Amino acid sequence: MYAQMVKSEGKTDRAEMSPEERAFQDRIDANEKIEPKDWMPDGYRKTLIRQIGQHAHSEIVGQLPEGNWITRAPTLERKQILLAKVQDEAGHGLYLYCAAETLGVSRDELFEKLHSGAMKYSSIFNYPTLTWADMGAVGWLVDGAAIMNQVPLQRTSYGPYARAMVRICKEESFHQRQGYAVMMRMAFGTPEQKEMAQDALNRFWYPSLMMFGPSDKDSVHSAQSMAWRIKMNTNDELRQKFVDETVPQAEYLGLTVPDETLKWNEERGHYDFAEPDWEEFFEVLKGNGPCNDERLAARRKAWDDGEWFREGLSAYADKAAARRAASDLAAE
Amino acid sequence: MTDRKEWPLWEIFIRGQHGLNHRHVGSLHAPDAEMAIRNARDVYTRRKEGVSIWVVKSSDIAASSPSEKGPMFDPAESKVYRHPTFFDIPDEVGHM
Ligand SMILES: [Fe+2]
Ligand SMILES: [Fe+2]
Repeated sequence: MYAQMVKSEGKTDRAEMSPEERAFQDRIDANEKIEPKDWMPDGYRKTLIRQIGQHAHSEIVGQLPEGNWITRAPTLERKQILLAKVQDEAGHGLYLYCAAETLGVSRDELFEKLHSGAMKYSSIFNYPTLTWADMGAVGWLVDGAAIMNQVPLQRTSYGPYARAMVRICKEESFHQRQGYAVMMRMAFGTPEQKEMAQDALNRFWYPSLMMFGPSDKDSVHSAQSMAWRIKMNTNDELRQKFVDETVPQAEYLGLTVPDETLKWNEERGHYDFAEPDWEEFFEVLKGNGPCNDERLAARRKAWDDGEWFREGLSAYADKAAARRAASDLAAE
Repeated sequence: MTDRKEWPLWEIFIRGQHGLNHRHVGSLHAPDAEMAIRNARDVYTRRKEGVSIWVVKSSDIAASSPSEKGPMFDPAESKVYRHPTFFDIPDEVGHM
C-alpha cells in the first residue's frame, strides 16, 4: 500500500516472549491503544517508524505527479480543486510525520532517509502523469486504493497513528470523488477525451493493484504486523476488495479494464483477475521505475532550496525571543 | 548539510464553531508561536474546523505518567455515587 513492504521484527511465538512482551501483546489483543510513553517492544517501535515513515513519504512524494498538472488544469475551477487536493496530501504527510515522531525519530531524520534512498515511498508515484485524464485516474484509482488500506488502519493499535488515519480518511473521499468526476467528464466527452480516459485506465490499472504489495504468499512480514495490529488485512484481501469495488465503476464509465481474464466468479462472489507483473514492481521499488530519479531529485531540490528559508525563520525567532527577554529584564 | 537546529514541535488546540472547549488536534513544527498559529490554520482548519487556535510548545507540556495510571485513575472506580444513575427516584416524582 502506501507502505508496501515493511520489514517487521519481533516474535509471534508466545513461549519466546518476555513477560513484558506478553503483557504488551495481551493489551493489543484486548484492543487497547498503545500510546507514546507506554512500554513497547523495540521491534514494534522500529517497524512502526518504518511503516508510518513510508506512509508519510508517500503522501509527500505523491504530490509530485499531480503537481505536474496544477498549472495546466483545463479550467480555473479544476485548478482550484486539484490544488486543494494536493494541499491535503501535504497535510497527510505532516500528520503522519508527527505520529512517527512520537516514536522517537525526528522529522528531519526521516526526510534525510527519504532523500538518501534509505527509506521508500509507494511504487505508484514513480509512474508519469501524461494527460489530464491521469488526474482522474489517480484520484479514482490511487486514492481509491489508499482508502481501502487507510479505513481499517483507523483501528490500528498505535494511538497516534490511528488518530492520524481518522483525520486522513475524512479527507480522502473528496480525493476519490473529484478523480472520478474528472473521469466521468472525459469518458462521456468527445471520442478523443474518452480515448484519453481509457488510456489513463490502461496505464494506472496494474500499478494501482501493485499498491497493495506482493501476494500474501510472498509477504513475509505480514504475520507479525497483523499480530501487532499495525496491518489489519492481508495484501490479497485488500486487492480483491479494490477490484470488486472498482470494476463496476469502470463499467459505468464505459471503459474497459485492461485485463482479458477479468471475470465475475459466481462461486467465490468475487472477480477473478490477473496479477500485476511483480517483476516490474520489484524493479520500481529498487529505484528503476520510469520516474524514480525525477521524483527524488524534485524532493531533494525542494529540501535544499528551502534551507535558507528554514534557517532565516529560525534566526528571526531567536532574535525575537532575545528581544522579548531583554525587554522583560528592563521592565523588572 | 549545516548543523542547523530543527524547528520545535507545537501542540495544536482548536475550538470549533459550536462553543465547545479547545480540543487537541495534533502537532506541527514551526520556528515560533506566530508561525505555529499560521501553519495550524493551513494544516488543521482547511474545512472550517475551527474559530480559535491555541498553540503550546510540546516541551512545555507536563503529563501524568503511564506507570501511575492505576493509582491515579482507579480510585474513581469505586465512587459510583458520583453518577446520577446511582439514585433511584420514583416515577411519580417525574423527570429529574
Ligand atoms: Fe493522502
Ligand atoms: Fe488522497
